[in-house]
Amino acid sequence: MRIKPEEVDYIAALSRLVLSEQEKNIYARHLSEILEHAERLSELDTDDVEPTAHVLSLKNIFRDDEVKPSLERDILLSNAPEVENGCFKVPRIVE
Amino acid sequence: MEVQTLIGLEVHAELATKSKMFCSCSTEFGAEPNTHCCPICTGMPGVLPMPNKKAIEYAVKAGLALNCDISEFSKMDRKNYYYPDLPKAYQISQYDLPLCVGGYVDIETEEGPKRIRIRRVHMEEDAGKLLHEGWGNNSLVDYNRAGVPLIEIVTEPDMNSPAEAGAFLDKLKAILQYIEVSDCKMEEGSLRCDVNINARASDKSMATAITEMKNLNSFKAAVKAMEYEEKRHREALLEGDPTVHETRRWDDARGVTVAMRGKEEAHDYRYFPEPDLVPIALDKSYIESIKESLPELPDQRYQRFISQYGLPQYDAEILTSSKYLADYFEQCMTIYDNAKTVSNWLMGDVLRALNENGKDPSDIPFPPAYLVDLIKYVDDGTISISIAKKVFDEMFANGTDPGAIIKEQGLVQISDEGELLEIIRQVIQENAPSVADYKAGKKKALGYLVGQAMKLTKGKANPQLLNKLLERELN
Ligand SMILES: [Zn+2]
Repeated sequence: MRIKPEEVDYIAALSRLVLSEQEKNIYARHLSEILEHAERLSELDTDDVEPTAHVLSLKNIFRDDEVKPSLERDILLSNAPEVENGCFKVPRIVE
Repeated sequence: MEVQTLIGLEVHAELATKSKMFCSCSTEFGAEPNTHCCPICTGMPGVLPMPNKKAIEYAVKAGLALNCDISEFSKMDRKNYYYPDLPKAYQISQYDLPLCVGGYVDIETEEGPKRIRIRRVHMEEDAGKLLHEGWGNNSLVDYNRAGVPLIEIVTEPDMNSPAEAGAFLDKLKAILQYIEVSDCKMEEGSLRCDVNINARASDKSMATAITEMKNLNSFKAAVKAMEYEEKRHREALLEGDPTVHETRRWDDARGVTVAMRGKEEAHDYRYFPEPDLVPIALDKSYIESIKESLPELPDQRYQRFISQYGLPQYDAEILTSSKYLADYFEQCMTIYDNAKTVSNWLMGDVLRALNENGKDPSDIPFPPAYLVDLIKYVDDGTISISIAKKVFDEMFANGTDPGAIIKEQGLVQISDEGELLEIIRQVIQENAPSVADYKAGKKKALGYLVGQAMKLTKGKANPQLLNKLLERELN
């Protein structure tokens, strides 16, 4: 397998996920299969191919600098786990 | 061992657009928390960001003013990290194809002019604001700032002292203000600076590990933090003490830097192309049209101030270091012709008063015409220069027109010989010992007598005339 359970641990930590030993093994296998699948691309000669920046052939989609009404704060905060003084309340995170 | 300090800077400037980078929420500062937010800037699933055309224009403008090459093909990327100020758990930024690359800024140093190279200028979105104080075991999050367009300006490590870095920051701020892409208000967080600093033996045989300092919110704090770190790195290098690559926080109250504790250090941003945004391909004519729209920049204005107004280099340097100050000066010059007198007032009393009150040249509380009026009152002898300084303080405090202050407070200079002679005779009568001293050859006594006469007139006596008449009366 390309991805070891320790690497799953590391990726999970970056995403603040807590995984069981069983899940780590499952995801190690899934992630490995994905990488192996993508690896098949390296069989192709891509020396003369520009790296793809986007799958669509569109470019320069912009909007004008205009202000439109924002969301009502009550609606915005309605999914917040906790609210205080019009703010999202989260566990303290300070250095 | 000869030791060199190496400083590189990353400066974030909020762009002065009306709406955010990828949605139509307002960017206005100071609104009630979380009232400038929508599903896009708070990272709701299924939304589609759309870039603000004006933000791209401003970024290109900044790149051109900083002498960069503008990329004809550029794209946005996701920078992934998990922090509550980032609602999507990624920041839309630019990784391998930034909008602007390879520019420079020229600064003045003690050893003469120096060129600081710019590695890149890229676009990104700002994060929200965390409020830590007063909420016990919690922090509060305000997402009004999340999604405000930013440019990040990254330099090469070309600055060799905190003073050079300070000069670079001042120059950069001036340029951004001149081209009007950012209001550069540090107290509102529109301009923030990260510092990378280390020390190296001049022969490159040894170097200390780089210290990063993030989000220094005033140039003064940045320079002080760099001075502290410069000393620490130089000592470590000379003593052979081991150093580690680390992030340190500047504690302004204690005047020291403190290492940030550990586990957050291992940043792994896992950049990848932003699938929701298509590439930016700017054509040459668009870039050229923005180049043509660039206004006069600080360096050009400096040269013009010397040639057009005959100002000394020092004056031109100070006046053009702020767009507002330079504009103010030029507005004065449309109604008055002695450039040096106006410059003296601006560099002297005006800047002193601004500094004392922690204000910027954009805050001068009275129009240029008032300053010119004040100067003219001195020119035509209505008031003396020392009274003018008092009038100035009043103007600065209340924004009042100098004519009104002079009239209300009866400050018109006494230049009437008869009136002055009467006062002089009184002074001579009341200060016999000093008069005797003067006659005995102690010339200093004259100054004392002048002072007494000034006191009696509340400073309003015409000083030249007073001196002349007093000497005549005494001899
Ligand atoms: Zn929004």
